[in-house]
Amino acid sequence: MSLSPPANDILVDLKNVDFAYDTRPILSGINLRIPRGKLVAIMGGSGCGKTTLLRLIGGQLKPTAGHLTVDGQELARLSRREMYAARRRMGMLFQFGALFTDLNVFDNVAFPLREHTDLPPDMIRDLVMTKLHAVGLRGAWKLMPAELSGGMARRVALARAVALDPMLIMYDEPFAGLDPISLAVVGQLIRRLNDALGASSIMVTHDVHESLEIVDYLYFLSAGKVVAEGTPDEIRASTDPFVHQFVNAEIDGPLPFHFPGDDYRTTLMETHA
Amino acid sequence: MIARVLRSMGARTLDGLWRLGFASRFFVAVLMRSGTAFSRFSLTIREVFSTGVLSLIIIMVSGFFVGLVLGLQGYETLQRYGSSEALGILVALSLVRELGPVVAGLLFASRAGSALTAEIGLMKTTEQLKAMDMMAVDPIARVVAPRFWGGVISMPLLAALFSMMGVFGAWFIGVVFIGVDDGAFWSQMQASVDFRYDIVNGIIKSVVFGFAVSLIAVFEGYDSAPTAEGVSRAITRTVVNSALTILALDFVLTSFMFRGNG
Repeated sequence: MSLSPPANDILVDLKNVDFAYDTRPILSGINLRIPRGKLVAIMGGSGCGKTTLLRLIGGQLKPTAGHLTVDGQELARLSRREMYAARRRMGMLFQFGALFTDLNVFDNVAFPLREHTDLPPDMIRDLVMTKLHAVGLRGAWKLMPAELSGGMARRVALARAVALDPMLIMYDEPFAGLDPISLAVVGQLIRRLNDALGASSIMVTHDVHESLEIVDYLYFLSAGKVVAEGTPDEIRASTDPFVHQFVNAEIDGPLPFHFPGDDYRTTLMETHA
Repeated sequence: MIARVLRSMGARTLDGLWRLGFASRFFVAVLMRSGTAFSRFSLTIREVFSTGVLSLIIIMVSGFFVGLVLGLQGYETLQRYGSSEALGILVALSLVRELGPVVAGLLFASRAGSALTAEIGLMKTTEQLKAMDMMAVDPIARVVAPRFWGGVISMPLLAALFSMMGVFGAWFIGVVFIGVDDGAFWSQMQASVDFRYDIVNGIIKSVVFGFAVSLIAVFEGYDSAPTAEGVSRAITRTVVNSALTILALDFVLTSFMFRGNG
């Protein structure tokens, strides 16, 4: 299967997107499509540009070349006000939750509702409790972020990310640092929330096995380029050397173990010279 | 060798100018996006509490001790010329014109300025500012501006309390312990301290220092490198730059305000 539904079913569309910090290229020639209602993973090793890609889709960075549209809007052309209007329909889960440390769990989840709506306190309370119930933490509403475990903090952040029922949810390394049980819980929540809200989700991760269980489609990034893509079944059956190395966690392959440098023998000889 | 030194100096100068330009743009952005700080004034009041009320103890205790020392030193000098009753004037003018705004400003930079930088810097390090931005909430309007205005409001109030405690300290040591005449202490002070010339000028100084310290503190926090070391360096820069800025501004303001005709 390739992701080629009708154009209006595509929520996020990247065409030949390049991005560089000053003169250091990070992403080049990225073509990627996220259909509505789907959960898509972007995978790759550390430092391959995954998080940068997510920040481009969230409008926090602008492409240096190419076109990036979200719901038909080219983000690079939006004013700050228009960008904020677009972001009200996006939710983002940061790597370590990024909960506001001076607010308790309830106030963290209520934050976007209080900032963007004029709902009465009773209704905000009901909405917050509904979201917390969905992530299984209704009983923890009084706790401060410092009192939460890593998995709980991630779930609270997830409740906050979906507080305004976004059309697009972005996850930056949602499984980083979680124990196996918390990891499975967060993985299932991501899938369930995507389906229940009718949203589309982009998940940046390097956890292959959990991703293959829950996502609809995967893109593999290496050195700032899309090097492979496919459904979980296609990825499992892939003979592509990169995919094979990544899925089977092999130490050496297209992604070399050694950082590029001088020949080993030459380096040692220089030391003794 | 010389070329390297020149290159390094050039790079530092350019870096300094770039930061100054960036800080100026940041200041304009804070002013332009201050609407929320006033339309939702409770946000600013909360910052007045954390920068002002929580600084009360250090400000008041320091003010009292500075007053005690001024009282002792002032009496020691004045009694040589037989004018120890002028202690009240000496203490009040020193505090209201100079020591109140300057010392309170330095203490404010150390206590509240460093806390502001640390808080904003840590919010940046833990991606809280980015998260807010992704929630379509402007971090400058929601986080920075209320803290900036909270500092601006707190600083003159703290300087006034510092001066008040200083006068009380000097009265305590001079009148209660040494035996300077109580009536002379207060009446000479009342007769010689001019509201417009002394007190208002002192208030103007403390407001200017409040602007400077609060701006430096929020800017350094917002501009800090998102690491533990980056935040720690930013806090150091806040205290050092605030102290230097206060002393430099004090000289400039004093040279305009008091030209020997008071």
